[in-house]
Amino acid sequence: METDTINNSFKSEEYFINMGPQHPATHGVLRLLLTIDGEIIKKVEPDLGYIHRSIEKMCERDSYQQIVHLTDRMDYLSSHINNEAVCLAVENALEIEVPERVKVIRTIIDELTRISSHTLWWGVMGMDVGALTSYFYGFRDRELINDIFEETCGARLTMNYNIPGGLMQDIHPNFVKRVKEFIAHFKTKLPEYDKLLTGNIIFQKRTKGVGVLSKEDAIAFGASGPVARGSGYSCDVRKYHPYSALDKITFNEALHTEGDSYARYLVRIQEMWESISIIEQLIDNIPEGDFKVATKAVIKLPKGEYYQKVETARGELGVYIISTGGKNPHRMKFRSPGLSNLSLLNHITVGGKIGDLVATMATIDIVVPDIDR
Amino acid sequence: MSYFSDIYHGIRTLLTGMGVTGKYFLHSRKGAITQQYPDNRDTLKMFERFRGEVVMPHDENNEHSCTGCQKCEIACPNGSIEIIWDRQVDPETGKKKKLIDKHIYHLGMCTQCGLCIDACPSDAIKWAQNFENAVYDRSQLTRVLNRPGSKVRAGVEE
Repeated sequence: METDTINNSFKSEEYFINMGPQHPATHGVLRLLLTIDGEIIKKVEPDLGYIHRSIEKMCERDSYQQIVHLTDRMDYLSSHINNEAVCLAVENALEIEVPERVKVIRTIIDELTRISSHTLWWGVMGMDVGALTSYFYGFRDRELINDIFEETCGARLTMNYNIPGGLMQDIHPNFVKRVKEFIAHFKTKLPEYDKLLTGNIIFQKRTKGVGVLSKEDAIAFGASGPVARGSGYSCDVRKYHPYSALDKITFNEALHTEGDSYARYLVRIQEMWESISIIEQLIDNIPEGDFKVATKAVIKLPKGEYYQKVETARGELGVYIISTGGKNPHRMKFRSPGLSNLSLLNHITVGGKIGDLVATMATIDIVVPDIDR
Repeated sequence: MSYFSDIYHGIRTLLTGMGVTGKYFLHSRKGAITQQYPDNRDTLKMFERFRGEVVMPHDENNEHSCTGCQKCEIACPNGSIEIIWDRQVDPETGKKKKLIDKHIYHLGMCTQCGLCIDACPSDAIKWAQNFENAVYDRSQLTRVLNRPGSKVRAGVEE
């Protein structure tokens, strides 16, 4: 009787707590409904829709040139790659062959976008586990890439540099010089990233063995990008379905098999090195030629269905167009990497602590406008 | 045993990281990219391709090159450009000619995508590098790009 009373007075109880929608650690307006028991997570339910702008529906209203600028607003950290996905889909449908120069420039800017996205992620990752310094260091290096974009494309984030058939403008005369300067600069900074965060024992204790995702689960949940590659699932679209100038260059796919937060971290650090190597292979010999091929003012795709996938900084982005032959798509569908990567959050965080949830979410690297669209 | 080795490695890696931050602390101006923004407004120069707002350049005779072809209006994804136009009889040829009355630009709706400027056949509109667009009232963001009394430059054809 007496032991029952004691047990009851220490009985734990499950309760709900809202994380978000404006919690800084959620990287945007994402609301997580947590069922927790003390500090142990029992269930994580993401609640979406706070930044839904019905981009897919708006695409049905717009012409094919106008659709491109909407994709900037999906995954705003890899906006150039999103633009390219739509342009490639339209070009494939029209059977246009873009000049070699366009392909090379697109690939270089893709990889710059990837580095820019990963440096921002690296800074925010450090801040999520409690290291404020990395945030400023990440943004410092990202600023140089933004300057390159601003000089060539005219904008820092929502660039809208691609058009179906090529590029909006030729690259700026300073582009090559600036990219080379950046690569030289960034090569000295990446080892510093390792010194600050990768080798730090506190950081390793926070991430090693946390949020473990097995290869089978990664495939089952449809994970892609660094999240899947951290679990040993080789799925790089750039490797298996090369687009633009990627078929001419050699690079290694970053792959780790542990599947924990630390492995996903290492994949992204390695991807930045690979991006540097891709840019270095292309930057010295950008072929001469036109920066666009002329398309009709009103683009009409032949009747049919078209699919194009690309590798954004977060994973596989698919663009699916159904055309009935008109100047607008009948239906447009984006397969965003963020949604399937978020769907496995409950699976890998249940049983862990709240602090680990924040660290795991940081390594999944979600961008909420990409999930909601 | 691992407890003590953790403490040792913790302090060692902490000092490695502090070596990096300490280097920047001692050489704080080297490689600094921060701009003292409101103080450097006189010297701040934006890149020439920077998309601030759409403007219509006028020359000294108060003439622009907009023929009123409405290609920018059609290219705009969200209706930020409205052109109010009229047909007027050309006194020389006697033919009716399309002329713009007002080229209205809604800066508040503009997404800076650049499709209008890409579409313009006579380079009548271009980007201005001004980015300080904050105003007190939303109606101030609706602008008429052609100046009062301006007319289309002679020789600019559709």
